[in-house]
Amino acid sequence: MSGPSTYVPKSAIGKWFEQRLPIGGLIHSSFVVFPNPRNLNYFWTFGAILAFMLVAQIATGVALAMHYIPDARFAFNSVENIMRDVNYGWLLRYLHANGATMFFLAVYIHMLRGLYYGSYKAPREVLWILGVIIFLLMMATAFMGYVLPWGQMSFWGATVITNLFSAIPLVGNFITTWLWGGFSVGDPTLNRFFALHYLLPFMIAGVVILHIWALHVPGSNNPAGVEPKTSKDTLPFHPYFTIKDTFAVVCFAIFFAWFVFFVPNYFGHADNYNPANPLVTPQEIVPEWYFLPYYAILRSTPNILFIPAKLAGVLAMFGSIAVFAFLPWLDTSKVRSGSYRPVFRVFFWVFVLCGIGLGYIGSQPVTEGTILAGRILLLGYFAFFLIVLPLLGLLETPLQVPASIADAVLGAHGSTAMLKGASAEPSVKG
Amino acid sequence: MTDMTMAKPNMAEPTRRDILYVATAAVGVVGVASVIWPLIDQMNPDLSTLALSKTEIDLKPIAPGQNIVVKWQGKPVFVRNRPPKMVEEVRAVPMSELIDPETDQARVKVANWLIVVGVCTHLGCTPNVGGDYDGWLCPCHGSQYDASGRVRHGPAPLNLLVPTYEFKTPTSVVVG
Repeated sequence: MSGPSTYVPKSAIGKWFEQRLPIGGLIHSSFVVFPNPRNLNYFWTFGAILAFMLVAQIATGVALAMHYIPDARFAFNSVENIMRDVNYGWLLRYLHANGATMFFLAVYIHMLRGLYYGSYKAPREVLWILGVIIFLLMMATAFMGYVLPWGQMSFWGATVITNLFSAIPLVGNFITTWLWGGFSVGDPTLNRFFALHYLLPFMIAGVVILHIWALHVPGSNNPAGVEPKTSKDTLPFHPYFTIKDTFAVVCFAIFFAWFVFFVPNYFGHADNYNPANPLVTPQEIVPEWYFLPYYAILRSTPNILFIPAKLAGVLAMFGSIAVFAFLPWLDTSKVRSGSYRPVFRVFFWVFVLCGIGLGYIGSQPVTEGTILAGRILLLGYFAFFLIVLPLLGLLETPLQVPASIADAVLGAHGSTAMLKGASAEPSVKG
Repeated sequence: MTDMTMAKPNMAEPTRRDILYVATAAVGVVGVASVIWPLIDQMNPDLSTLALSKTEIDLKPIAPGQNIVVKWQGKPVFVRNRPPKMVEEVRAVPMSELIDPETDQARVKVANWLIVVGVCTHLGCTPNVGGDYDGWLCPCHGSQYDASGRVRHGPAPLNLLVPTYEFKTPTSVVVG
């Protein structure tokens, strides 16, 4: 993916094979000699961590599917059977359930890294949008996966989320009936959610391949936010980044394992160990932590002009994710890295706090106070994208951007050429 | 045909290839359209689900002031035997106080029997008995309904749905 391959197989069999399917050259040019910026920090290892998590979720998920029964009568008991009777079933299920949490933790860090260092700016817009698509697919997959154990939270979570579609004018009720395959969440819903929960991870894998392909056209962004200019600015992927990524993946796996073995239900909800009961809604419905900010947005949105609160909440919730796709055009600054944008840096952390605040509000019961706080944080969330980022590019005076990556790493020794407010890639913008 | 003649400027007459091209496209489009609908429609409620659309409720055991919850089409239906005082109070509420104005008379067939679908009109949770209006309180997002099942406190936009029902006898009702 980085130009013609220089790969020459050593063995005769290798040469014979390479002439017929040049996959060795593809791997060699993409993951061995591929030039990466030499200044990548550990936030750049989350791509590898996410790839590991996707493989781990598919592996444990396929194993669980061999024992799970997607039928409303048997689903709950089949999960208990996995926990008690299936060999290592407890391990597989705890890995899979906590794996979802770890997957989202990693993806949020990965996204915020992209936001902080301006990784979405030209020429990486398509790469970024593919990432937003992966995130949406992940949310759909996680939501449907949470329904499968058919506990109280599964059932009522599914009810609330599928009812979002009833907010669509005119056709809303037809869409919910169609999604449910009945007049409420029930057995047909469970069965189709299982089919889709099995399908979507493979669609994610497909988009991940496009994501990596789009990444390997311009190469990785880096903490300095300037493109590599000479070979002094880069290092080959192997061994420098293979070992760094592997080290990070192992550290992350240890963190992951701590939750699996010591507090496996920390992120779960006790109510989900009660079988689904369509006649009794639990006292408080709380989604998984990674959906809490969106849940808070859904609950906090008031009537907007002629749009009733219910539809407005749904639009705001989807809008809060969709707005990420427009980030490359909302951010008008030509400086990529937040390290050289002192004002942006402050707003970045305010935005992160808004997100965490919304998550907290989403976990609390509804009161006048939480609704008001939710609305303020909601305004902050959208203001960051729609007001702060467009204006900041025009008003902010950035710091001096290093002339090259080598300069950023080694200091200005040997090169004193510093460009004030140098643009990231002026010839490609616009 | 214009685009094809443009592609081959020397040939004014359509060729056999042009006819094959158009015919293949036409049959292909009809073929795709004819399988898309079955693929979509298979997700709609099947016949066995539709067959469960009626439920009979025996009203005899329900004392005045008592609520019961009955399952109909997989959804809860609230049946409440309202004492006369409760009926009076709920009918005295001025329309201007209501989010979704509707008289109590329009929502019941027999004054004391309130029959409503127990699905919150916000996002589909089942409200519990409670709240400040002698009715129901939704645990999900705090919507409140009165003793007529009318929404009195948001975020729910509409009153609890009244299902179609008929009294077979004064003490037996068929919902659906």
